[in-house]
Amino acid sequence: MERKLDLDPGAIARSRDAAGNIAEEVLRFAADRTTVSIERAVLRWMGVEGGDADCIPLVNRVVDAAVAAGLLEDGIALPFAEAVRSSGLDPSGAARAISEGRLALARPAPGHEEAARAIARDLAETGSERIRRTNRTRQAFLDRLGEGPRPLLYVIVASGNIHEDTVQAQVCAKAGAQVIAVIRSTAQSLLDYIPEGATTEGYGGTYATQANFRIMRAALDEASEDVGRYVRQCNYASGLCMPEMATLGALERLDVMLNDALYGILFRDINMQRTLTDQAFSRRVSAAAGILINTGEDNYLTTADAFESAHTVLASELINEQIALRCGLKPWQLGLGHAMQMNPFREDMFLYEVAQARMVREIFPECPLKYMPPTKYMTGDIFRGHVQDALFSLASVMTGQGIHLLGMMTEAMHTPHIHDRTLALEATRMIVTAARHLEDEVQFKPGGIVQTRAREVLGRAQGLLEQVRDEGLFGALANGRFADIRRTPEGGRGLDGVLAKGPRYWNPVEDALDALLAEGAPEVTE
Amino acid sequence: MSSDNPPTRMASGVDLHAVRPYGDTLSDGLVQLSFSLPIPPGPEAREAARRLAAQMGLNEPQIYHEADLGYGFSFWILYGKCRFHVDLTRIVVPKIEAPAMSLEEINDLLREKAGRRLRVVGACSGTDAHTVGIDAILNMKGFAGEYGLERYPAFEVFNLGSQVPNEVLLAKVRELKADAVLVSQVVTQKDVHLNNLAEWVDMVEADGLRNDLLMVCGGPRITHEVALELGFDAGFGTGTTPRTVAAWIAHEWVRRHG
Repeated sequence: MERKLDLDPGAIARSRDAAGNIAEEVLRFAADRTTVSIERAVLRWMGVEGGDADCIPLVNRVVDAAVAAGLLEDGIALPFAEAVRSSGLDPSGAARAISEGRLALARPAPGHEEAARAIARDLAETGSERIRRTNRTRQAFLDRLGEGPRPLLYVIVASGNIHEDTVQAQVCAKAGAQVIAVIRSTAQSLLDYIPEGATTEGYGGTYATQANFRIMRAALDEASEDVGRYVRQCNYASGLCMPEMATLGALERLDVMLNDALYGILFRDINMQRTLTDQAFSRRVSAAAGILINTGEDNYLTTADAFESAHTVLASELINEQIALRCGLKPWQLGLGHAMQMNPFREDMFLYEVAQARMVREIFPECPLKYMPPTKYMTGDIFRGHVQDALFSLASVMTGQGIHLLGMMTEAMHTPHIHDRTLALEATRMIVTAARHLEDEVQFKPGGIVQTRAREVLGRAQGLLEQVRDEGLFGALANGRFADIRRTPEGGRGLDGVLAKGPRYWNPVEDALDALLAEGAPEVTE
Repeated sequence: MSSDNPPTRMASGVDLHAVRPYGDTLSDGLVQLSFSLPIPPGPEAREAARRLAAQMGLNEPQIYHEADLGYGFSFWILYGKCRFHVDLTRIVVPKIEAPAMSLEEINDLLREKAGRRLRVVGACSGTDAHTVGIDAILNMKGFAGEYGLERYPAFEVFNLGSQVPNEVLLAKVRELKADAVLVSQVVTQKDVHLNNLAEWVDMVEADGLRNDLLMVCGGPRITHEVALELGFDAGFGTGTTPRTVAAWIAHEWVRRHG
């Protein structure tokens, strides 16, 4: 990567060091704990699907039964495998029997323990095999069709009805979209279960369910053949069910998943102990499944000022990067989030935005990065909004961004109408094509506005990271260091779902993940 | 929206009894319009788009752009001449009645008339996660160069954040003995915001708190008129600054209690 900003390599290295220390502290904390959602993810990995008569997922019923029986601190895998062994049922059948009270969860008697462990390992291996197969299918699509040039053009669909979403997704694919994200129904992140089945009612988005993942995957595979490019599917491994979402993503061939505990802590008031523990597991799953993760730093600038707080974005990206790498994710899998959110009437705003976008690019040269369009200063004046989005597209292409979320002229009004996306895609394609090699041609004036701004943001990020290292991440969040929002370690939703691992804790899916990661997740970039 | 704007003036020659859209000549009625149809483009689709525009009240509808969105959808941009007009002199719109006051004037008024800080509770309620509006009004930093209500010594502000269920909001309002509640609704789909606001008013009334509370709502789709229909005391739309809300709360509280 050409260095155009004269950034101090020492400052980058010291910032990364501090972020590494912060990441290690977080992961040490997570390693000693499990959560109800991690254990439910284990069951999903081991093949449990479906819900009970009231549409409560069987994985929730089984884990709740384990909590009631005081078994969960040792992990769900062994008592569940014992239930499979003693009943002779398949995983979903055994889970159903447990939920109906026909089968009890218990530790195996000493004479049955080895047999139960063998069953658990087999079921975990079945999940691994399915994920290997999924990875191969994706790789075959990419080898055969490719996915088009970077930046990957990313749009959202969010009708609430999965069957409308698939139509809109296909129309987007035709217009040039390379990543289709289905926005989840508002507040799904706060549900401590994943709804079951295909859904047609959602608010502000469509429920993420295993069935909806499959329906969208089929529609995108069809569109991929139609347009002769592989179209990536994106959803959310976030909220209270983060580990389960990552697991469903791995099983159902999602390609991109939003995954950021800090976002959930700050913007959804999810308990930090819960979601940082969940995140460590879910990132390992995404690493093994070749899923590209997106982080949510861009959102900081929707509450904090984009000029004053630019350094908090960089600091958080470094923390996210260091956590992710230690979970086995590779740099090509890290769509670290940032955004263009300054007041468009600020003099030289475009220069500052280019400085920040290029700075992130140079500090994370191997990461695709996820660049978010303006939202804060979008007004309902769709004509002005279209121009703001055009400025954003120009900044994106001239700074070499990897994943480009398309701005919608109807941002701040409603979930996009079918033509809003096509108009955005056409405009963006025009700009990135017209300026395809602008990045190669542009140099920045030594000591000019762009270089000065980038150096200043890096310097402040280093200061913040050293402060966060001293306070600890939990302390820093309690002191409101990110997004001007304060959160405490005991506050927020989901703390009651966190358990200290017992001395006999055993999780064969962790072993399966180790094995998959040792094999090396396939690199699916072009 | 700000009182600093130059006074509004009328264009000359306009018949206020028959106002119609203006393109480049008075009363030409010109309107621009775009929409998609769930049919592929083609001669029949073109005629269908034209007829739809005619049925919307546009004379001489003219299609300037048609595009194939794929998978059976088409996109259309049209212009036409609106055949309707409205009588401006017969229009009455309820407006928020509050004098323009400065931060200091609001504080002084409440110090004198209330003698205590008014407790203001704000939330982005229901399923809405978009706190940009409520934050702009309440947070210290404020919006458009004006400080938010947290900055006013006259107010004690409790911003409950996003996705607050109405039940939780009601419990908080009771617990905090709120004087005013601000509910924000930004992003909506299929009118979920209206249902949520109506439910909120019903719950407050059922709980017997209605008369003790100044009930306010805000958001891009909120007008004062809509707010009154829903049973609120005031509604504020896009572009409302914190001072406007602060002045209304102060003025209205004093009117009721002072």
